[in-house]
Amino acid sequence: MSDPSSESAAGRSHIAYRAISGVGSITRDQASRLVSILSFVGGVTYLFYDALVWAFRGVFQSRIRFGWPALVHQMVRVGVRSISIVFLVQIFIGMILALQMAPTLQSYGQLERVADVVGIAVVRELGPLLTGIVLSGFAGASIAAEIGAMVEAEEIKALRAHALNPVRFLVTPRVLATAGMIVVLTVMADYIGVFGGFLTSVFILDVPPSLYVNLTLDALKMTDFVTGLVKACVFGAVIALIACYEGLNVSGGAEGVGRATTATVVKSIVALIGIDAMFTAVFYALGI
Amino acid sequence: MASARGSATDLAISVRDVVKEFPTGDGGVIRVLDGVTFDIRRGETLVIMGGSGCGKSTLLNCLIGEYSVNGGHILFFTKNMREPADIALMDEDGLNELRKRYGILFQSGALFGSMTLAENVALPLIEHSYVDASIIDIVVTLKLQQVKMLAHRNKMPSQLSGGQKKRAGLARATALDPEILFYDEPSAGLDPVTSAAIDELMMDLSRKLRVTSVVVTHEMDSAFRIADRMVMLDKGRVLKIGDRCEFERIRDADPGTLDGRDERLMHQFLRGASEGPITDADGMTEFEKLIIAGE
Repeated sequence: MSDPSSESAAGRSHIAYRAISGVGSITRDQASRLVSILSFVGGVTYLFYDALVWAFRGVFQSRIRFGWPALVHQMVRVGVRSISIVFLVQIFIGMILALQMAPTLQSYGQLERVADVVGIAVVRELGPLLTGIVLSGFAGASIAAEIGAMVEAEEIKALRAHALNPVRFLVTPRVLATAGMIVVLTVMADYIGVFGGFLTSVFILDVPPSLYVNLTLDALKMTDFVTGLVKACVFGAVIALIACYEGLNVSGGAEGVGRATTATVVKSIVALIGIDAMFTAVFYALGI
Repeated sequence: MASARGSATDLAISVRDVVKEFPTGDGGVIRVLDGVTFDIRRGETLVIMGGSGCGKSTLLNCLIGEYSVNGGHILFFTKNMREPADIALMDEDGLNELRKRYGILFQSGALFGSMTLAENVALPLIEHSYVDASIIDIVVTLKLQQVKMLAHRNKMPSQLSGGQKKRAGLARATALDPEILFYDEPSAGLDPVTSAAIDELMMDLSRKLRVTSVVVTHEMDSAFRIADRMVMLDKGRVLKIGDRCEFERIRDADPGTLDGRDERLMHQFLRGASEGPITDADGMTEFEKLIIAGE
């Protein structure tokens, strides 16, 4: 017969072993996740630096062509084709915002102040953020899929083999086009969002049209527009960089392209909200 | 550093003790090329062959500067250069200068999908030649004529068959009049007739342009049609390098007369036999097993 005390000691040491190995396994998994996050952030940052260097070389070195046709093509693709979807999203957001705020403002007898709320929320926050989110699904996914398919078809390898830098040819025009066009789209989104709030306020909440317009103009300052547009520009660059990074790192055929597309949308949205939070904190601290 | 078999001026490329390793998922490394050494003579067509996982595609990627090597040297003896250029020691700018002197035909053709054939062929010229657009147009016409694709100049790559894509890829590869042409599995995925036509085109270009051709393939009919010399790789090492007739002798030999495992392995490969040293799992490297398993 075995000694019960030695059996319980063995049981305790087994539990301790499992606990320690469990903690070790969790630590290793978390460390590996941290390494992959750092490698992703580092990779995207380096890509940004590289894209910027090629943009400057294209502008200032006569030996290197800037690639205006590629830039214009990407601007049309990213910007013009997104107008209808941005229009649709923003008009509904303006309408929803007005309807959501109406009961609370009515209880204070300030129903017409819905114009202030819609104006500031759309111009400072929802215009740039939602345009960014729409673009990450619309343009970001498409850029990642396109570049990923090029990797799989050996087109990126072919570019390098012809002494042509893929960052210069593919990343720089996409980053510049997305960063530029999102600003234009955000200006449109701001107007359309406010217009959505106007429609709801005038036709459902019975706010006089002239009062709505005057209150909106009084509430909004130029800094509201500018901060929104600065954020939008950064959002655009981040979406394009993440999409290009994911596309360039595709492996595993069609499945890999699908993974890159999904990863682009998810990572872009997380990044946009994180960056938005940082911007908001900085603007708040600066009193802007 | 020149080969004992010829002076440096006879050489196009000298591969010396090249080692290439890849990291494995468990923190280790896998050695895919293990001290590969051979020379490529100017003007010849050299076929690099071997079974799946033997390292031939890795070797091609090292030759074109796509992969950096972990050891050894790859020397390019290009015209108008006093010293050979060692690809292992080059930075990106140096590599790009060298890349303008060679052309590559990729397995899929690798045409840029957003451009027409003419734009594909024109791109290297526009970026590197700095000549007038009308001259570029003439060169593009000539290059497409050379590969019998002029009638398709305004088509997009998606409108072409596999063989046509390879022809167009070849026109782009020769756009800058390269000294060396690399071919990655030029016959892969083609029917025998189209494959023979591509081989004929490659030989025609070699003759007319007097380029050195380096072909990676495992299509034996094609290899014996186009090769001046052949290199057989196995487990990341050079098993044999020699003239085509030496390989023909091994292919056609009675198995009983073959000397040692290496010759039996080459005999099996060259004849495409299902049994022999290659398919003996005990003799496979871990890398070969991964490739065979499709991982």
